Amino acid sequence: MNATVVLELFISIVLIFIGVLIVFSKNIIKSIIFLSILSMITAVSFVMLKAPDVAITEIVIGSGLITFLFLFTLKTSKKAGDSE
Amino acid sequence: MKKILALLLVSVFAFFAITLVQSDQLVPKFGDADLSSRVSDKYISKSVSVDNKVVEYGETVNAETGSANLVTSIVVNYRSFDTLGEVTVLFISALGISLIVGTTDGMIKRSESGFILKTGSKVLMPILLIVGIYVITHGHLTPGGGFQGGSMIASAVLLLLISDHEFVPNMNKFKVLEGLSGSLYIIIGLVSISLTGYFLKNFMPTGQVGELMSAGIIPIIYLFIGLKVGSELTGILSDFLKKEANV
Repeated sequence: MNATVVLELFISIVLIFIGVLIVFSKNIIKSIIFLSILSMITAVSFVMLKAPDVAITEIVIGSGLITFLFLFTLKTSKKAGDSE
Repeated sequence: MKKILALLLVSVFAFFAITLVQSDQLVPKFGDADLSSRVSDKYISKSVSVDNKVVEYGETVNAETGSANLVTSIVVNYRSFDTLGEVTVLFISALGISLIVGTTDGMIKRSESGFILKTGSKVLMPILLIVGIYVITHGHLTPGGGFQGGSMIASAVLLLLISDHEFVPNMNKFKVLEGLSGSLYIIIGLVSISLTGYFLKNFMPTGQVGELMSAGIIPIIYLFIGLKVGSELTGILSDFLKKEANV
């Protein structure tokens, strides 16, 4: 096995691990931050698959704007039972 | 019990996915695909309507599409109509967001931001803006293009919005810019119909592959897409910020 294959395998395992963390973490803000990290590492794997266009899109949209939108939606939404 | 069921389901899906990819019927082995029977070979040699010829960076003159970036040559030249649809989808989602959460009472009230955010955004904002403009203008040469560059410009404006609480952008000008660049994209297509007979066909000389001033209408269209996406995403973000301030 050469170094690239080992690196790709390592990135894939880290991706699965972070995906499990997103689903099972108790705090929603932590989930959103893990989602942002997942997008970053996915961009690395896109670069290794020789798709730099997709990698740029993934970094800008997935890691930047989506995180912002999720955080602000979370801040704006109310818990069940809150008074008006 | 639920977790065990989920694990079982995921492993069954993973098994099917891996066996399908490994089998030779559905996906050929890497490097074994017969390209001459596929359309991608035509895209690589930039010769959909003429015979195959070798394209060399910096030497080929007057190719069918003069873009050095293969993805751009497909997205903005061969499949430009699809890109028009994508821009329309983004426009409709921005319209929906502004209908649901947008307010007319203008000022964005924000709380004082922290020291690290203020100082960091002063360093990061100009770099993001310049990289965004670079990505848009070099969309036909390097990876990226109008969508990516427009999103970078929108995130630069977002940094300004959340760090400097005295910065209040005039959203009406952004909306005028968005509508203008969207219409100019369609007007280019109509000009192309009247000159060549096909919607959004390249009607300008394509020049030498790899030059900044090349590829005909591709840089112009990408400039309009970048302006449109940047102003549209800025509108969405400021709508969200206004909603957050009013709650």
